[in-house]
Amino acid sequence: MELKRVVVTGLGALTPLGNDVSSYWNGLINGVSGAAPITHFDASKFKTQFACEVKGFDPHNYMDRKEARKVDPFVQYAIASTDEAVKDAGLEFDKVDRNRIGVIWGAGIGGLTTFTEEVANFVKGDGTPRFNPFFIPKMLIDIAPGHISMRYGLHGPNFSAVSACASATNAMIDAFNYIRLGKADIIITGGSEATVNEAGIGGFNAMHALSTRNDDPKTASRPFDKDRDGFVSGEGSGAIVLESLEHALARGAKIYAEVAGGGMSADAHHITASHPEGLGAKLAMNMAVADAGLEYSDIDYINLHGTSTPVGDLSEPKAIIGLFGEHAYKMNLSSTKSMTGHLLGAAGAVEAIASILTVKNDIVPPTINHFTDDPEIDSNLNFTFNKAQKREVKAALSNTFGFGGHNASIIVKKYHS
Amino acid sequence: MSDIASRVKAIIVEKLGVDEAEVTPEASFTNDLGADSLDTVELIMEFEKEFNVAIPDDQAENISTVGQAISYLEKNVNN
Repeated sequence: MELKRVVVTGLGALTPLGNDVSSYWNGLINGVSGAAPITHFDASKFKTQFACEVKGFDPHNYMDRKEARKVDPFVQYAIASTDEAVKDAGLEFDKVDRNRIGVIWGAGIGGLTTFTEEVANFVKGDGTPRFNPFFIPKMLIDIAPGHISMRYGLHGPNFSAVSACASATNAMIDAFNYIRLGKADIIITGGSEATVNEAGIGGFNAMHALSTRNDDPKTASRPFDKDRDGFVSGEGSGAIVLESLEHALARGAKIYAEVAGGGMSADAHHITASHPEGLGAKLAMNMAVADAGLEYSDIDYINLHGTSTPVGDLSEPKAIIGLFGEHAYKMNLSSTKSMTGHLLGAAGAVEAIASILTVKNDIVPPTINHFTDDPEIDSNLNFTFNKAQKREVKAALSNTFGFGGHNASIIVKKYHS
Repeated sequence: MSDIASRVKAIIVEKLGVDEAEVTPEASFTNDLGADSLDTVELIMEFEKEFNVAIPDDQAENISTVGQAISYLEKNVNN
C-alpha cells in the first residue's frame, strides 16, 4: 500500500507573543519575550510570580457566554486557534466529506483550572458533594477535540494524545500517520494548555522546575545560558490543518510545507529527568529522519525542546551531536521557549508552527536571553542566540520531550510537486 | 412578580444564556430554553444554593418548567 503525502494547509495560534499566527511569528523573529507578572491569580505567596500568559483573550469573541462557561480555558484556547486555522485553510465544510475529517489534539494536563476550582469548593463545604455537572466534561483532555468536532460537524477519527510536553507532537504524528494510511483526508491537529493557575505554578514550583527570576521575568527563560534557573510557564494553543496532498491539490488549497516524518521513543530512565546522554531524544530524532527518507545532512534547523532547566538543557545538544556528527555544527538550532515560555502539552504545536514558518520563510527564530556560555554545552553549535538568522531551510525538525520520558520529533520540509 | 420568581428567572437567564422574555412560566428548560440534561442538573443545584434548600432527586424530576421551579421553591423556601 502506497502511503499518501501529507501537507500543511492551515495554521492557527494563540500564544504569549500574540493571539494569531502573524503576531506570533513577528514576535518570534523579532526576539520578543512573552513573560510578565502573573495576572490570572494572586501569586504573591508563590516562589515564581511571572509567566508567559496569553494576553487580551476574550472567549466571547469565539463563543457565546453559555458555551464559554461550559469549557475550561484550555478548550477556549483550542477553539480560538482552530477557528483561525480552519479559516486560513479555506475549508468550506459543505464542499468536503466531513466523515473524512478528524481531530487529533494534544494536551498534557487539561482542565486544571476547573479541577482546582471544583475541588476547592468541595473542601470549603461541609462534606456534601455539590460538584457541578460540567466538572468532569470540562476537565477531560479529550473534550477539546470533542468540542472541535461538534463545532464543525467533523465525523473522522477523534481523540487526544497525552504525553506531557510531547503531547501535541504525538498528536501531529498520529494525524500524519492516519492521513498517510488513508483513514482521513484532513485532520485538525495541534494542542492547547492553560495551567498558569495556583495548582500549575505551585506544583511545578514544588519540583524546582520553574525559574524564580522574579526581578526580571523577560530574561528568565534563557535556554543553554550558564545562569538558566528553570523553565517559564506558558499557555496557549496551536492548530495545524494536515491534509493529504491529493485532497489539498483537488480543492486548490495553499500549501505551507510537507510533513516528512515522525519519530517517537521513551527514555525508560526517570519520571522527570531526561536521560543524561539524550538516549531517547536520539532514538526519536533518528526514527523521524529515517521515516522521512532523508539524510541527516538534509536537516537545516532543529526547533529544540530546550526548556531552560539546568539539567534538561545539557542532554539535548549531546543527543544532536551524537546523532548528526559534524553536521550538527552546520545546522541552526533554537529554543523558541526563550520567547514563548513552555506551553507544556501545546509546546509541540506552537513549535511545529514555528518550524513550518521557518521552512516557508527561510528565517530562523532566535534563542533569546543568551548572556554567558555554559562550559558544559558545546559552544560551536549554532543556537541562533539573540537574533534571528536568514538561511535556506529545506527541512526542519521539532523536538519535544515530556515527563514520563516521552520523546517525539517531527520533520517538515519544503513542498515540491 | 415574587422575589423568588425574579431570582429564579435571573438564574435561568445567566445559566442558559437566554433572553429574559423567553423565561415564561410555561417554558420548558429542555424543549423551549435549549437546556440539556446536564444544564438541568446545574439549574437545580443553583436553585439549591441560591435558596439554601435541598431538592431531593425525586422532586427535582418533577421540575421541568420555569413555573414548576417557582412554585416548588415558593412552597419549600422559608424566607
